Amino acid sequence: MRVVVLGVGNILMSDEGIGVHAVTALEQAYCLPDSVEIIDGGTSGMDCLDRIAEADLLLIADCMRSPGKQPGDISRIADAEINAWFKTKISPHQVGLSDVLAACCFHGISPKKVVLVGVQPASFETSMQLTPQVAAVLPQVIAKLVAELTDFGITVSPKAA
Amino acid sequence: MSKRITIDPITRIEGHLRIDVEVDNGKVTKAWSSGQMWRGVELILLGRDPRDAWAITQRICGVCTTVHAITSVRAVENALGLEVPINAQFIRNMIASAHALHDHIVHFYHLSALDFVDVVSALKADPDATSKLAESLSDWGMNSRHIMAQTKEKLATFVGSGQLGPFANGYWGHPAMKLTPEVNLLAVTHYLQALEAQRHASKIVTILGSKSPHIQNLAVGGVSNPIATDSQSVLTVERLLAVKEHIDALSEFVRKVYLPDVAAIGAFYADWTQYGKGITNYISSPEFPTDSKGTQFMVPGGHIPDADLSKYKPFTTFGDSYLRDGVEESVKHAWYTYSKPGALHPYVGETTPHYTDFQDEGKYSWLKAPTFYGKRAQVGPLANVLCGLAAGHQPTATYATQMLNTVSSLLGSKVGPEILHSTIGRHAARAIRAGVMAEVLGQNWSMLLENIGKGDHTTFNKPTFPKGEVMGFGMHEAPRGLLSHWTVIKDGKIANYQCVVPSTWNAGPRDENDEIGPYEASLMDNPIADPEQPLEVLRTVHSFDPCLACAVHVHDDEKREIVQVKAL
Repeated sequence: MRVVVLGVGNILMSDEGIGVHAVTALEQAYCLPDSVEIIDGGTSGMDCLDRIAEADLLLIADCMRSPGKQPGDISRIADAEINAWFKTKISPHQVGLSDVLAACCFHGISPKKVVLVGVQPASFETSMQLTPQVAAVLPQVIAKLVAELTDFGITVSPKAA
Repeated sequence: MSKRITIDPITRIEGHLRIDVEVDNGKVTKAWSSGQMWRGVELILLGRDPRDAWAITQRICGVCTTVHAITSVRAVENALGLEVPINAQFIRNMIASAHALHDHIVHFYHLSALDFVDVVSALKADPDATSKLAESLSDWGMNSRHIMAQTKEKLATFVGSGQLGPFANGYWGHPAMKLTPEVNLLAVTHYLQALEAQRHASKIVTILGSKSPHIQNLAVGGVSNPIATDSQSVLTVERLLAVKEHIDALSEFVRKVYLPDVAAIGAFYADWTQYGKGITNYISSPEFPTDSKGTQFMVPGGHIPDADLSKYKPFTTFGDSYLRDGVEESVKHAWYTYSKPGALHPYVGETTPHYTDFQDEGKYSWLKAPTFYGKRAQVGPLANVLCGLAAGHQPTATYATQMLNTVSSLLGSKVGPEILHSTIGRHAARAIRAGVMAEVLGQNWSMLLENIGKGDHTTFNKPTFPKGEVMGFGMHEAPRGLLSHWTVIKDGKIANYQCVVPSTWNAGPRDENDEIGPYEASLMDNPIADPEQPLEVLRTVHSFDPCLACAVHVHDDEKREIVQVKAL
């Protein structure tokens, strides 16, 4: 069993970095078994191919713009929905995450399950801080990631304070 | 009657680069290159500890992480006059050259080959003929009939699934696509093998940099890798031997696959040696220092005015005054204001946004327009290779000769280095440089081991920050060309910081004298067969390996086309 938790986003652009902030906080607050690897992916893509390839679960945290959502709203999409989304939307990033997943698919080394936890951003201003609306939901995002891991049969326990 | 075409975005990075061209009688007559996103990282750095700048600047871009990190520590070291232990130079050199190889390979196979390769046409190829063709080009061990047939089968399944992924926005069947089905199949096969090859480069960066994609091992004054011959937790001989295996695999791919492929594809598109020349004033940084002060380099760099190699003037040391004193940035056509008129040197550079609409004759870009002694300059592997040729750098000459000979024999007529000043020439130069990088990587590995063998384990000199003001700049020959970071440090805190990135040199808008920049100039007279499918514009702009630092990375579930091509 191999699980990858990948935080993506740019921490210099306030809420754009929510995915990275979330996985960093998850790693600090929880004890995770060796089978779980946390990656601060930033805005890179192909550099992560090796570790994403053939994972049993790829759990992605990112910011996600959805029409009709409020800043801080949390969405979840998985597997077929992610594929469908890739069909209509080619990568917004230079050899970004979707390209890496498509390359994995072409190669026959796709992760077995992919889940994306997305947070609606309020701002992409140049800043290393999250906006208050998004910072406020950070604990919920972490809880959501923990719940996904637990559902997958991974034992996750809070670190002693 | 002229026709206006807007392509936004031109890279697959959303919201970054927009190109507008006017087409008259099937040719480009006017061009505008516009950076569509404000990069305000300079402001984040004000007041911070200069020792933290590298870790922050490597977040500017997801593709260029390590290059900003290395340039940033060099800037601070230059300001302090701080020497760097040679072990640290070797380790940094290995990270930089491995990163460059990763970038060049990914750029060619995964980003720009699709401008020339018709993936769908590969389904019509004869695997036997493809294999014979490949074997005539090199003795690479993975060109068999069986492998070609396997790729074709994989491709048929993939295309049949309708989930085209990275191949989805190609211009299949476009009249400007010229490769035979066999060359297309060869390219797709090597596309897959390139994915393997780039993993070797990533592994090298990960082992040496402690982590990837964001390396953790840099420090102002050296690197934080402790070297020990017997400990598990640090850089051991065992780990270095693992690095060597990756270096060898990567070098073999460059020599036997990447270089011959570029020659073969280039020969089919020989007409593209006639387009895309643009600005022929070139600058490039010397790179891979082998002494602690940064006065001796393995690969030369400097200035070549007007494509005249005989007028080459080298940059000789870190902090080179000819480079330092020549750089200015204009915001006359960029969405900023300065507190005084005219262009500004980066030490006194200002970052005050002033957005207007897209104004053809006024401001139209978030990129500033840099100049070198008042003139526009092109940067990138082409500039670097030309400097190598001008300086008589042997490895550059060897790979360039090899490339030009292969192209000449495929064309049946002799071509020389003059064809490099072109769209296809930039791809050729990138492959030539990759050959050089593979050698540099291997040599730094040997030099590091040899120096450790002498008992020198030093990797770090502690910086001390004086009271008062110091300033310095770091230079680096990044995969996209000359990158510089400029900083003013006051009482140990950052008082000014400016990044002059390669894509600013190449993609910048019109300057103080309303002169067009390298992207814009290179688009002039490009043929446009079909304004609805301006593949030719993509070819020329992609040949620069455009990457406008800062990567927005937003998931957007609105169902809309990402590339908007408007032909008015």
